[in-house]
Amino acid sequence: MGVDQPLGDNVIFTKLDALVNWSRKSSLWPMTFGTACCAIEMMATGAASHDFDRFGIIFRASPRQADCIIIAGTVTKKMLPVIQTIYEQMPEPKWVIAMGACACSGGIFDTYSVVQGIDEALPVDVYIPGCPPRPEALLYGVLKLQEKIMKEKNSFGNAIGFGERVDMKD
Amino acid sequence: MTENNRAVQTLRARFADSIISVSEFRNEITVVVRKEDLTDICTFLKENLEYNLLEDVTAVDYPGKSRRFMMVYHLYSIPKKDRLRLKAPLDESDPCIDSLVPVWKSANWLEREVFDLFGITFNNHPDLRRILMPADWVGHPLRKDYPLQGPGREPYKGRLS
Repeated sequence: MGVDQPLGDNVIFTKLDALVNWSRKSSLWPMTFGTACCAIEMMATGAASHDFDRFGIIFRASPRQADCIIIAGTVTKKMLPVIQTIYEQMPEPKWVIAMGACACSGGIFDTYSVVQGIDEALPVDVYIPGCPPRPEALLYGVLKLQEKIMKEKNSFGNAIGFGERVDMKD
Repeated sequence: MTENNRAVQTLRARFADSIISVSEFRNEITVVVRKEDLTDICTFLKENLEYNLLEDVTAVDYPGKSRRFMMVYHLYSIPKKDRLRLKAPLDESDPCIDSLVPVWKSANWLEREVFDLFGITFNNHPDLRRILMPADWVGHPLRKDYPLQGPGREPYKGRLS
């Protein structure tokens, strides 16, 4: 016999932070926004053969509904204010993925008109190298972001207004 | 070949004093003209010789030359199916030329691009402001003395490793 379990297997013991993190990482909604050729690869990742949807990743057409922005391509200095506005319009919590060489470092465009890495303006969580990265690389980067989200502390406390979310660095 | 070209023949007859030189390269005719007479020549070319399409307006920077900038206009005649290239040299001290918007409407954005990237101003242009660079940009990037990586950055000196 052993311990009597009147509720069967319907009870799970976990931390509230883990519950919040799990629900956040399982429904990352990125902003539909591409700045250059990496966006084509991002579209391929969202399309049938690689299928972002199986990770709960659904592209949203409005920054108000998005919690993640994939900087997919070269960022020119003229485009930077637009991207900053979109980022500011996204509700907290929000994450940034720098996709491809240009978004990470400016790439081959070491010129007057190109921002030398989006991390000059936005707090980047995941850098994905490649020119452009394969869809597998983008998927791997998103999985890395999910791992990072699972390690966040005080997600629940922050959601109900106590303290800051703590980003665990490893 | 240049002598047989219909535009060159007519221009030589009518604007003899305005033409600086005529040259040909791979069946492309180039006529270099004085900038003061550009509008008259272009109006004549459009109305009498049917060059009704202004395909491109651009400029070249020749640093060190006394006439530093060369304006370049590419014309096409849809009825006659032939092309003509007009050039006009500009002094560095006075980089301005008459706008061709009164002749061809398509000159509007093309001249704004030249203004933006070369700093050449166009007299009587209806809306002369930057078109490619941000509105608050300082400098004109396609000038040869503009630093490639932008002002305030150490120029690239090749790989160090």
